[in-house]
Amino acid sequence: MEKSIARYIWTHTRAQQLWILLVVAVSMIPYFLSFDLPKQIVNGPIQGQGFDQPGATQTFMNINFDLPWIGNVALFDGIELTRMQTLFALSLVFLLLVIINGLFKFYINTYKGRLGERLLRRIRFELVDRILRFPPNQFKRMKGAEVSSMVKDEVEPLGGFTGDAFVQPALLGGQALTALFFIFMQNAWLGLIAAVMVGVQAVIIPRMRRRLLILGRERQITARELAGRVSEIVDGIGTIHAYDTSNYERADIASRLGLIFKIRYDLYQWKFLVKFINNFLAQLTPFLFYCIGGYLALQGRLDIGQLIAVISAYKDLPGPLKDLIDWDQTRQDVQVKYVQVVEQFSVDRTIDPAIQTIAIKNAGVLKHPLAAVNLSLADDSGAKLLERVSVQIHPGETVAIVGSAAGGGDVLAEAFARLVWPESGKVTAGGDDLLELPESVTGRGISYVSADAYFFYGSLRDNLLYGLKHAPLKDAVYEGSRATHRKWQINEAKLAGNPHHDVNSDWIDYEAANATGDSDLFAPVLSVLDTVQLSKDILDLALRSTVSPEDHPGLAEGIVEMRHALKEELEDAGLSSLVVSFEPGAYNTEATVGENLLFGTATGPSFVGKAIGKNVYFRSVVGGSGLDHILFDMGYSIAENAVELFSDLPPDHPFFQQLTFMTADDIPTYQLLLQKYKGKGFDVASEDDRGAFIRLAFRYIEPRHRFGLLTEELMAKIVDVRRQFHDGMPEDLRNEIERYDPDRYNASASLMDNILFGRISHKHSDGSKRIRSIVSSLLNTLGLLEQVLDIGLDFNLGAGGKRLTAVQRQKLNLARALVRRSDYYIFNRPLPGLDHRLQDEIVRDVLKLVRRDGRDPAVIWVLSNTALSSLFDRVLVFDRGMLVEDGTHAALVENNGIFKELVSS
Amino acid sequence: MGMGSNMLLKDEVQMLRRVPLFSNVEPGKLKLLAFTSDRVSYDVGEALFHQGDTGDAAYVVLDGKADILVDTPSGPIKIAEVEKNSIVGEIAILCDVSRTATVQTTTAMEALRIRKDHFLKLLTDFPEITIEIMRVLADRLSHTTSELSEARSRARKAD
Repeated sequence: MEKSIARYIWTHTRAQQLWILLVVAVSMIPYFLSFDLPKQIVNGPIQGQGFDQPGATQTFMNINFDLPWIGNVALFDGIELTRMQTLFALSLVFLLLVIINGLFKFYINTYKGRLGERLLRRIRFELVDRILRFPPNQFKRMKGAEVSSMVKDEVEPLGGFTGDAFVQPALLGGQALTALFFIFMQNAWLGLIAAVMVGVQAVIIPRMRRRLLILGRERQITARELAGRVSEIVDGIGTIHAYDTSNYERADIASRLGLIFKIRYDLYQWKFLVKFINNFLAQLTPFLFYCIGGYLALQGRLDIGQLIAVISAYKDLPGPLKDLIDWDQTRQDVQVKYVQVVEQFSVDRTIDPAIQTIAIKNAGVLKHPLAAVNLSLADDSGAKLLERVSVQIHPGETVAIVGSAAGGGDVLAEAFARLVWPESGKVTAGGDDLLELPESVTGRGISYVSADAYFFYGSLRDNLLYGLKHAPLKDAVYEGSRATHRKWQINEAKLAGNPHHDVNSDWIDYEAANATGDSDLFAPVLSVLDTVQLSKDILDLALRSTVSPEDHPGLAEGIVEMRHALKEELEDAGLSSLVVSFEPGAYNTEATVGENLLFGTATGPSFVGKAIGKNVYFRSVVGGSGLDHILFDMGYSIAENAVELFSDLPPDHPFFQQLTFMTADDIPTYQLLLQKYKGKGFDVASEDDRGAFIRLAFRYIEPRHRFGLLTEELMAKIVDVRRQFHDGMPEDLRNEIERYDPDRYNASASLMDNILFGRISHKHSDGSKRIRSIVSSLLNTLGLLEQVLDIGLDFNLGAGGKRLTAVQRQKLNLARALVRRSDYYIFNRPLPGLDHRLQDEIVRDVLKLVRRDGRDPAVIWVLSNTALSSLFDRVLVFDRGMLVEDGTHAALVENNGIFKELVSS
Repeated sequence: MGMGSNMLLKDEVQMLRRVPLFSNVEPGKLKLLAFTSDRVSYDVGEALFHQGDTGDAAYVVLDGKADILVDTPSGPIKIAEVEKNSIVGEIAILCDVSRTATVQTTTAMEALRIRKDHFLKLLTDFPEITIEIMRVLADRLSHTTSELSEARSRARKAD
């Protein structure tokens, strides 16, 4: 990249800079005219110069020029105006000039701003583009947060500077020179003094600022490092907690902040010192004028009028000069920042842009065979990881790579994936060097999976289909104002040197996923998810989520129908006791007392959590029926039981998990309450204490807690109060609760709750597991599975996929490769987190899956479980960086070599 | 099912007292044990757990019977029976191994399912239960040893 910021700006904005210079020059005309006008207004109409006689007139707006050679050109002869008319006319001209000057300023500032923003956009894009082309080993040395702070913050001032880069010095320099020239015109000696002083300023100040620049550079680097450390803390938070090193981190951050403070404080001190000296030098010149000029004038060698003219001309010099020096300061500052960033981004061996050219259609084919030719690989320290290995992988072959942990098989796989670059030798496809082939060929022909999976923030679907998004295949269609906006986007992107591929286009290469479009993508995706055994997880994610029926038309109806089907299914299987359904006229023993009373999901603030106890309507219903007394007594008994059971246990005892209606901290509180109300009842209890006991009753489930507190009579009463509660519901509260209705979908409950429409009985030990498998097969037979899985695919993975478990991430990582059609699949110990039985199943299923529809790709699998190598056509055995054995499984077993040792160990 | 489905904590405590393992534990602690464990019921022929599963709980049989089966190449073999008021599944929890056998009901069964962490906590909190468990295990060991020696002598005779 260009090393000098000025040259960089000039190269990319030459035409615009010249244009703005021209505009600025033109804008000077009304600017100077407006200077002269006040004097004319005051002298003319106000003080009456030229209007000596009442009724006298003067010519207004006589526009004529004296041009050389042509002579006088009169554009407008002007009109005769009286004193009053002239006043108004001149004032209006003044107003006009103010407006014109304002408009010029407005135009110039917007233009400069836009120029700067475009350049900023260009440079930011260039930087990210470079990151995308860095050689792989570069990433071992850089911290993401530091790079992003460079792209985001450090280049930011460049935008502001761009507009002023050339205009400002031209303008200010011009002003300063004019002022200096005026002084010279009045008196050459005094002019010389002024020039020398300017010279001194121009030499000393930048020198002093050199230190400022050094400090500025330090400030930039330390701030960048701080960003890096903060992101390290975020990424490494688990490690920090695990080893109790949070205070070490605090100390480190504090010392960094201290350093940054010191640098910044130094910076301030210097800055103001420089300012002081600068101001002093500027004021020294008039001192010299007064002193020397006065002396000369008293001696009679200088005309007093000249001296006054010099001093008044000098007034115009320090302003532009100061601004010029400030501009220079900004320039150097920006230059330093720019160089800092550019240095970081100047990396040897970046990938040639041609290799990453977008290929919409016809990416070209990867030639066969994939081969390592005399390939040696080394790590960052120079240690050899692989030594002179030559091996060929032919299409259709399945190859297992086995060996000891540092055998070298895994780095060979990485080399095939272009993740490590050869130290010597090369990796070729049909004789072409893999690193010289376009990524559109290698990145589609080869699918690589390793254990360390990265996922982007977004939905599971986005990540699953990520490997299919090579190019915008179907353009998004825009209409009306959005089409205009799109046109603007394209134009702007071009002006800033950005590509204008549309992220809203459909980038998914359906063909590579064995589909023709979005509509038939599900089947191939499902078969992949089944193969990696992830579909069940996704189904669970979906069943746990709450969906709005509007987003999924037809689903709600299907789910409501499914409730009946599920009931029948359970009856047929003799499992009807597994789920206790909600019925409007019956008490559900497996649900809490509170759920039975409300019989719905609270959606508004009035009924959620503790608010319900304060809700006037609810209290009037419960109080009117006398249920509050009963629930209070019930809560009292529950508290008694809980205190009896748990009061002896330490608060961290695992048994407290079972106590669903209170926490360990509540025990002492309730102990006191029990004493307070012993033998007394509801009537003497305070408002809060009533609430405390009734809350316990609300969370009670008889079959689970088994205190024997629910009688048939009480259950009937609760159902009755429930009916009253819903029947008399005031209009304004109706939207705050969604009542359980067997024939309606409940949008505020999870999908699973909607399907069950009841509670799983506590009596069956693996009830929820059984229900889930029944629900899953039922969804399939009813044709709802696709829609439901689709909801699961919407699940947001969070930062780096952290909302999934490690095993789920590994499975998804594998799935993401299997969705794509490839000539070579390279699996580099992709599933280390899985137990052997599961690994075995998945390896077998994957080998079957890649051969679907008569495809014949090659599979290279670096195995962590050597026993599985019998599933492959050919086995490569690596030991200490060398390929030591190569042959069929059977042959190697015969061979009595290292392979046999590996298998038997 | 033999028992009312509305079984309460206090009834369970009465039943637990009849289990030899817990006969020496005071009723308050038994109530806690009952409360913190899950009450589960099984139909005839249902399995409490299968051989090879990871052990996550022990079971106290309140009512009903079950067979203890071990998988062999020639199919499952019944090696013992679980009676009312006995404990089953504690080995996998104590030794951190997968289930060594399958337990399948032969009648309807009511049981208390004690989760692994709760069970281990129980042992550290109540030495009397630990001693009782040791006694049960030792009993089984001596039983197994005598069966083994019997089987060996039979095998020798057959030679």
